[in-house]
Amino acid sequence: MNASAQSSPPAVIEVRDLVTHYGTRQILNGVSVDIVQGEIMVIMGGSGSGKSTFLRHLMALQRPTSGTIKILGQDVWGLPQKGLFELRKKLGVAFQGGALFSSMTVGENIMLPLFEHTKLDRKTMEIMARMKLEVVDLSGFEDLMPSELSGGMIKRAAVARAIIMDPRILFFDEPSAGLDPVVSKQLDEMILRLRDAMGMTICVVTHELESAFTIADRMTVLDRGDILFVGTPDELRASKSERIQNLLNRRSEEAEIDADEYLRRLTGDKEEAEGMPR
Amino acid sequence: MEINVSEHSGLKVVAVSGEVDLSTSPKVRDALLGQIQGGSGVVVDLSGVSYIDSSGVASLVEAFQTAKSRGKSFSLASVGETPMRVLKLARLDQVFIIHDTVDAAVQAG
Repeated sequence: MNASAQSSPPAVIEVRDLVTHYGTRQILNGVSVDIVQGEIMVIMGGSGSGKSTFLRHLMALQRPTSGTIKILGQDVWGLPQKGLFELRKKLGVAFQGGALFSSMTVGENIMLPLFEHTKLDRKTMEIMARMKLEVVDLSGFEDLMPSELSGGMIKRAAVARAIIMDPRILFFDEPSAGLDPVVSKQLDEMILRLRDAMGMTICVVTHELESAFTIADRMTVLDRGDILFVGTPDELRASKSERIQNLLNRRSEEAEIDADEYLRRLTGDKEEAEGMPR
Repeated sequence: MEINVSEHSGLKVVAVSGEVDLSTSPKVRDALLGQIQGGSGVVVDLSGVSYIDSSGVASLVEAFQTAKSRGKSFSLASVGETPMRVLKLARLDQVFIIHDTVDAAVQAG
């Protein structure tokens, strides 16, 4: 699917002029982007680009300093507490480390959102959990403890839990991190399968370029709190921007330094610093 | 979501329409298990279903297994494109007996 095609499906996430701070430090500098129904949007950027913070905003977990986020047509931070709770039920999150509870079996971990949010019969829940384990190629693993799974299996079990409620939007935080290339490729295929079969909108934060180009309908590149690029993988490859080419070619940018300030920082010489010309 | 039950050639045809989701699927489960426990073979007419989630599919799975264990027939009919995609994701299209129409399902018994 190409999300930039003519039919233009509706936006399920609308971000406008998003500004956020940690203390006095500004992390996002007025970011705006739409994520449309049924697309896989990959969010990329170097360390410190603000992409993890951005993801927390998209997941309705963090209140911004200013700006708005609409998810499924609802202004997230204008909602009453109950409305926000109901909205979050429509979002699924597969965390980087899996975040499975070690004291519960894989099956119990997967059923946890159902225990929390529904009154379904236990038998229905168990069948749903087994179905999701089938989808992530972990059939028959429901009675194992998380400690008995490999890293790739834990990620897949986390995906099974993230999709147990059939979310409208699914978020992945670094799905391929720490996985070998074969397992990473399997995970990419699974993400594509989920989108195709369930029509989910999927947002993925990743560092892995190969994975990003395999799964993305569109990509958002963040750089120092600003959106540097939003477009298709082909448009990204064709970009003439030096910063984007650096990202694609894994070249680190050498920040311009103020030699005097750097020297003062190294020597801790505040007295002299004040007297030095800038 | 609505459920209508009719009888054709000794089989109960359970026609489900609308959205089958977390809030409505328990009604589908109860209706299907009720018919099977009452001793009937069942055809589930899904032609009117616009959306079915995992809890709805799980209800179909449980009903199918219950019917099998009691020696009763159980099949799905007129499965639309969207529900079929959900079934295929968990490879359940290879598990259920699926007919194109209710008539075909009733004839197959």
